[in-house]
Amino acid sequence: MGTEMRLAKGGRIDRKKPIRFQFNNRFWSGFEGDTLASALLANHVCLTARSFKYHRPRGIMGVGIEEPSSLVELVGDESCGNLPITTVPIKEGLKAKSVNCWPSPERDLMSIAQLFSGLIPAAFYYKTFKWPNWHLFEPSIRRAAGLAEAPVRPISAGHYETRHDHYDVLIVGAGVAGLTAALRIASAGLRTLIVDDGPEPGGMLIGQSIEIEGSPADQWIAGTVDELSGYDNVAWLQNATAWGYREQNLVIIAEKNPDQPMLHIRTHRIRAGKVIIATGAIERSLVFSHNDRPGIMMSSAIGTYVTRYAVKPGNRIALFTNNSSAYSVARELSVAGIKVAAIIDSRLQIGDAEGFIDDETRILTGHEVTTTFGRSRIRGIRVRDRTTGASQRIDCDLLGVSGGWNPTTHLFSQSRGKLEYDSDLEAFVPGVAAQDCICIGSAAGKFTLKSCMEDALLNAQSVLRQLDTSAPASLIPSCSPEPEYAIQALWSVRGKSGYESRSFVDIQNDVTLADIQLAIREGFDSVEHVKRYTTAGMGIDQGKTGNINVIGAISAQLGVLPQDTGTTTFRSPFVPVDFGSLAGNREQSVSLPYRHTPITQWNREYGACMYEAGARWQRPGYYPRPGESFQQTVNRECEAVRYHVGIYDGSPLGKFEIKGNNALQLIELLYTRSFSSLKNGMGRYGIMLTDDGLILDDGITFKLGENHYLMSTSTVHADEVYRHIEMLLQIHRPQWDVRITPVTTQWSNATICGPMARELMAALGTDFDIDSEAFPFMTMRQGNVAGIPARIFRVSFTGELSFEINVWSRHALELWKKIMQAGKAFDLTPIGSEANHVLRVEKGFLSLGHEVDGTADPYDLGMGWIMSRAKADYLGRRAIKIRRSAEQPRREMVGLLMDDKDKMVDENAPITPEGKPLPSEGFVSACVWSVVHNRSIALALLSNGRNRIGQKAFIRMKQEVVQAEIVEPCFHDPEGQRLRS
Amino acid sequence: MLNIPCPYCGNRNESEFIHGGPAKAARPEDLAEIPDADWVHYLTVPRNVVGPINEFWWHVKGCGKWFTLTRNTLTHEINDSGQGCTDGD
Repeated sequence: MGTEMRLAKGGRIDRKKPIRFQFNNRFWSGFEGDTLASALLANHVCLTARSFKYHRPRGIMGVGIEEPSSLVELVGDESCGNLPITTVPIKEGLKAKSVNCWPSPERDLMSIAQLFSGLIPAAFYYKTFKWPNWHLFEPSIRRAAGLAEAPVRPISAGHYETRHDHYDVLIVGAGVAGLTAALRIASAGLRTLIVDDGPEPGGMLIGQSIEIEGSPADQWIAGTVDELSGYDNVAWLQNATAWGYREQNLVIIAEKNPDQPMLHIRTHRIRAGKVIIATGAIERSLVFSHNDRPGIMMSSAIGTYVTRYAVKPGNRIALFTNNSSAYSVARELSVAGIKVAAIIDSRLQIGDAEGFIDDETRILTGHEVTTTFGRSRIRGIRVRDRTTGASQRIDCDLLGVSGGWNPTTHLFSQSRGKLEYDSDLEAFVPGVAAQDCICIGSAAGKFTLKSCMEDALLNAQSVLRQLDTSAPASLIPSCSPEPEYAIQALWSVRGKSGYESRSFVDIQNDVTLADIQLAIREGFDSVEHVKRYTTAGMGIDQGKTGNINVIGAISAQLGVLPQDTGTTTFRSPFVPVDFGSLAGNREQSVSLPYRHTPITQWNREYGACMYEAGARWQRPGYYPRPGESFQQTVNRECEAVRYHVGIYDGSPLGKFEIKGNNALQLIELLYTRSFSSLKNGMGRYGIMLTDDGLILDDGITFKLGENHYLMSTSTVHADEVYRHIEMLLQIHRPQWDVRITPVTTQWSNATICGPMARELMAALGTDFDIDSEAFPFMTMRQGNVAGIPARIFRVSFTGELSFEINVWSRHALELWKKIMQAGKAFDLTPIGSEANHVLRVEKGFLSLGHEVDGTADPYDLGMGWIMSRAKADYLGRRAIKIRRSAEQPRREMVGLLMDDKDKMVDENAPITPEGKPLPSEGFVSACVWSVVHNRSIALALLSNGRNRIGQKAFIRMKQEVVQAEIVEPCFHDPEGQRLRS
Repeated sequence: MLNIPCPYCGNRNESEFIHGGPAKAARPEDLAEIPDADWVHYLTVPRNVVGPINEFWWHVKGCGKWFTLTRNTLTHEINDSGQGCTDGD
């Protein structure tokens, strides 16, 4: 295994620490400090990827987050897809593979696609696969064109976490501008956070030969960092990328901490008084024929590989540029002893200062690269004189391109700051800020070292002024002379006929100049439309190197200026973000924990099948015995309640205590029914509407004493009812003297129900009379049950004689066990929510979410009696009156008996006229197996249903139409004698 | 995530709050005087403005206070919290 491209000295890698890793099933070696990209380049690996759509061979083009070309997938425990190869640090045991090629980038089977690339232009799929149905074609197209596979399971070890913090100043980027500003801000004593996405601070300056204050750049960085670390008001994050800028100066940062391998990503949500954006600039590529071959790289990336990683990415190097920055790269290479064969500069004239490198480098001004040669690696370029048209071939195995620099304004744009086009820089620069932030250094278009430092100091000064602080003045450090940045736009190079379909503007998405031109010809001439039609600027890299070329190509095609074309919207995230890091430690069970009653553990031990039954409550669904089917279990539990005695844990029901002089007034406003005549110790069932006349909840309210009530609500809507009442009291009736307290979890209850409930109560022992005259239906008692203080309510959810025994939650399990003990003599059966549902449907008791579907009012449910005529007002009264005055037919609750008594129908199955495929006239709201009638029964909401009792309804199921008789919606004990017994 | 000034607790994260919709005038004591059309409007036509709007918020995971604040729907700028102001509509 050679590391033949590694330089003997220099770089920020640790040559004493070799690391072995796997890439595309082969072992390679690198050093600590390498990224996957630099280590592979050191091994002289050039072909690292296949392109998204045409499967063209591709190499490494960038050096950081801007990398458009090579994406890798990590395999194994840390499986993760679509990582730019330049952002993956190598470590022992790392396994990575290229995305979108099989079996390898060298022998990719899909590479045949490139032969047909002319046949698959932009929107080809939209236009071609629309008949009969795109979904027929989608799976195979997705397989051919795509990126990494989604991991099949979560990461096996480790975790994500989130931190929140506040700072006076947040500085994004620890390059020369960020560091310069940080020093000034820190010295004023402001709480400052510095965030940088690199493994070490310094940004583009790292390893540069340029001198600051007479010493090498690295020494200046080290000195500045050292000075900053002396301030305890400064916090620092490396390997941390600020990817989102939200409202009110909230910046979201993803930190990878290499010292904590079990922590995958720590997300920081930082609220800062002031955000200083010092994110630098990103070089953009040039557009010419075959500008995507492996071995074509951003020219600054070449410089960085040499200075930071001591890797020489090629042996014979040519540079193609339209600006002065490529010359700085050539000078850096020269310092490292690497010769540049030729610099092709599209500008006719260049300044003396920028041009000097050494005597051997050929500089071809007024020239352009028209095409490139080579297959799996570039072998040469065709160069044309822009004036005479004369062309020549130059051999090279590495071509650096530089199309100019774009300030990294993503965060600024996310903050809704406006961009302006600077025609001197041929780039969009930050304009008017929308939030409290400021761009400095090359993020503001200051592309020389000196101007960067000046800008940083100036802006730091104004930040201090705005925050009413000051710091001792500091001088701008002196630095070695450098030429001014100069550029002349070159949006694309004309080549031989058909060159447009080989000139890539968006490398990652395989979007060519031809695609842009096609989009414009077809009328998509706004930049936002071109983006969506061609997918240019989408993908992992979000067009970091290519987007401005897209804008340039559109402008050139339409004959307008880039500022008139404008940019697409920059959206977060700036870099790809793991889903896990968004969730942090708020995984589902943590952020929305399940609620449990004190009986949960007993239920589990008893073999209950537990699941969520609304509002995150875990409840027993049913208690299967060995060998019993679901239906057998539910039937057994239902029969127990109807013929013997059952018990269920009703603790999750919402419970609220209402106290105060206006308590009754509140209840009268909330419920449709009048409660004014309710006596102490008595309860009344009520339906609660919202003011728009729809049912919010139902439940029973007991009067505990003067101005003191206990309201019970459904489990599912308890939180919503609380919101509703608090809003009513605090906003609409603040003058009322009444308070509401949720006591749902303070009180647990065990409900004994069935014909033998009273005998079981007697066996438990009570200190009050449980005789039906002494303790009638809809009353309550406070006393002791089995020696435990309790509130006992005679209400019924199942239609049978019931005692709802409420005790303090700490006594609930003790009570439950005592009841189960006493219940042995009665064959007491615990029942789950499934049986409860069946029993309620048999009785025609409505359930929220089934019959109460957000459109029904009490009249529709056959409960017109509950709408008080005596009360002048209650919530929803007026709305129902207005709605019903239209006298439109309404969907009303009815029962259904299927002609075939064994036939079960689906919940929500539509009912249509004669079962024809016509608009539905209602739907099945519940269908259960009735143990009382030994047949299936159903409830439905049916248009004009009350008047159709005795007629037939037709239920449309997937495979058949089921016929049923419309009946009264109560199948058991319609007089209610059993529950009153 | 918004930074919401609760009149009791100061600035807190949006995740502690529940949004209660655009602010409305308090529900009248006596509906008899109000024409049907006005009542339907009160119930069903929410204000949907681009720019500053008064809104109800509930500090449910905090002090439990329902309050009104002014939020700019375009910029998320928030001010004027807890004045109990309501928008007659």
